[in-house]
Amino acid sequence: MDRFVFLTFDGLSKGAVLAAFALALVLIWRAARIVNFAQGAMAVAAAYAAYSVTAATGSYWLGLLAALAGGLLLGALVERAVMRFVDHRSPLAEVIVALGLVLVVQAGLGMVYGNEFRAVATPFSRTALEVGGIPLLSRHDLFVFGAVLLVLLGLALLFTRTAIGLRMRAAAFAPEVSRLLGVDVGGMLTLGWALASAVGALAAMLVLPTELGLHPHAMDLVFVSAFTAAVVGGLDSPPGAVVGGLSVGLILSYVSGYLGSDVTPMAVLALLLVVLLVRPGGLFAATAARQA
Amino acid sequence: MTRLRALLGASTLLRHLVLTALAGFALYLLTLELDPFRNFQLATVAAYLCATAGLTVLTGLSGQLSLGHGALMAVGAYTVALCQNALAEHDVTGNGVLPLSLLAGVLVTMAAGAVIGLAAARLRGPYLAGVTLAVAVAVPAATVTFAELFNSEQGLGVYVEPPPPALGPYFPNERWQAWLALLGALLTMLLLANLTRGRFGRTLRAVRDDEVAARLSGIDVARAQVLAFVVSAAGAGLGGGLLAVLAQSVSPGAFSLTLSLFLLMAVVIGGLGSLAGAVWGALLLVALPDLAHELSSGLVASSPGAAQRLEGNLPLAVFGLTLIVVMIALPDGVQGLLRRLSGRARRRLPSR
Repeated sequence: MDRFVFLTFDGLSKGAVLAAFALALVLIWRAARIVNFAQGAMAVAAAYAAYSVTAATGSYWLGLLAALAGGLLLGALVERAVMRFVDHRSPLAEVIVALGLVLVVQAGLGMVYGNEFRAVATPFSRTALEVGGIPLLSRHDLFVFGAVLLVLLGLALLFTRTAIGLRMRAAAFAPEVSRLLGVDVGGMLTLGWALASAVGALAAMLVLPTELGLHPHAMDLVFVSAFTAAVVGGLDSPPGAVVGGLSVGLILSYVSGYLGSDVTPMAVLALLLVVLLVRPGGLFAATAARQA
Repeated sequence: MTRLRALLGASTLLRHLVLTALAGFALYLLTLELDPFRNFQLATVAAYLCATAGLTVLTGLSGQLSLGHGALMAVGAYTVALCQNALAEHDVTGNGVLPLSLLAGVLVTMAAGAVIGLAAARLRGPYLAGVTLAVAVAVPAATVTFAELFNSEQGLGVYVEPPPPALGPYFPNERWQAWLALLGALLTMLLLANLTRGRFGRTLRAVRDDEVAARLSGIDVARAQVLAFVVSAAGAGLGGGLLAVLAQSVSPGAFSLTLSLFLLMAVVIGGLGSLAGAVWGALLLVALPDLAHELSSGLVASSPGAAQRLEGNLPLAVFGLTLIVVMIALPDGVQGLLRRLSGRARRRLPSR
């Protein structure tokens, strides 16, 4: 029973990170109808920036700031310099270009930092606090919940309460009409990519201390899990991404707790297949947009 | 002469047979000339060609993206390894065994392809890419889960017969390997060329270009897509099996996600949908790491650590950049560029 409780809380913490990462995917999907397969690699690049800054200054928080700023910049750069020029008529082209980006980013990181695992700093202890003799949550988990909640609230406020959020939604929903009404559609697209990439960077900063460490490929499996989470939620809906992230996190935590951590990749594949075959629209999709 | 030409023009099968025989003869002469190292590289190109040809049929003709072909190659490779070792344990040896193992590898991979294909036929675009990406991540992990069968990260050795004694005692092993792999590649190309020129190819192109129109003209779209996956998996299985035979070992590290991405790069850069493009892609897969090795060893001879980092990652970076540039500027790939250039040259010639 203790183990079950522990795994549940561990899964919720993992799920919160997956939710943030899935949210980053959903942001770009809503803005540009692209699944950003380079999201994981871009997030790792931002985490490496944090690693360098933390190593140079000795401050975790400056490193986190560098990761967020790096994420914003990288997202804007990728949209402005690469994605803008891709032929949007073919659904293959965007995926293939994103995969090219994955190779470039991972190879660049490997050239600068080398392909070995590096320990990641975290400001909070990862030993679980005990409540009534049962280990529940660590301080790191609480930090994760706080950070993800902050991001969710911030994004919700941005999209529903501010003028720029309204413009971003309009540009994604009806680009032509928005352009006629004076919205800078291209700029909104860049902003969407930058925001999504920064959220992805934050997710990487939160998940890497619980994994093996920093490595150019560190986010590969996290990306696949987050993609599954986004698909569970329907790719189109931010609340769906959160619910999807939490449920995928829980399932994976039980699987790796009871069956062994090396089963996790197969569990992700099975989960993704089941969701796509049984409920292809996702749990939260409003329309049947799957037949692109 | 004109009758021969008419005959070749009329029968696609005959034309492809003649072409294959000519290519086979030319390659045979080539293997006699090359030194062992180059022969081994040629064999590797041939093994990759089986996989890239399969992938180009799937992605180029039927429009289904697969990021899981590296994993399918792993399925073929492990099947061949297990077959070869099991047969050798029961003292079933001889040169007839290897084709049987390869056939088993192809069949098992086709079965795996059918399973993925059944799921894939219901999915489009990014969803399909996501599922096949999960396959690419899951299959190497499966070798750790079922460690007693696959021996986790270390992988398995593969028992391979030496060249037949009839060829003489000093026959270079690499030339024998090149013959084996080239035979496999030529067979794959012949079969795929015939298949894609015929009704099957037309069906796939119809499905790719307009699914609704294809369905209205009586094509079973899902069936065509699953078949495309199965055919494509057969190529990947043979390629993976041949790689296992060439390296005489298999390990999950050799069939990582990066291999799957490399295969996709290869067919995109070569030219999606054209078998000739698959040849360019396979050549690139072997030539580029080689080139990067020479470049990086010349550049930073002073620091071995930096040279090693550069050598491992330079091909990846070059591949990635090339892929992005090709996809944006030259969507038909190398083969499309060549076709356009030759078309322009032909137009410039005075008409006869």
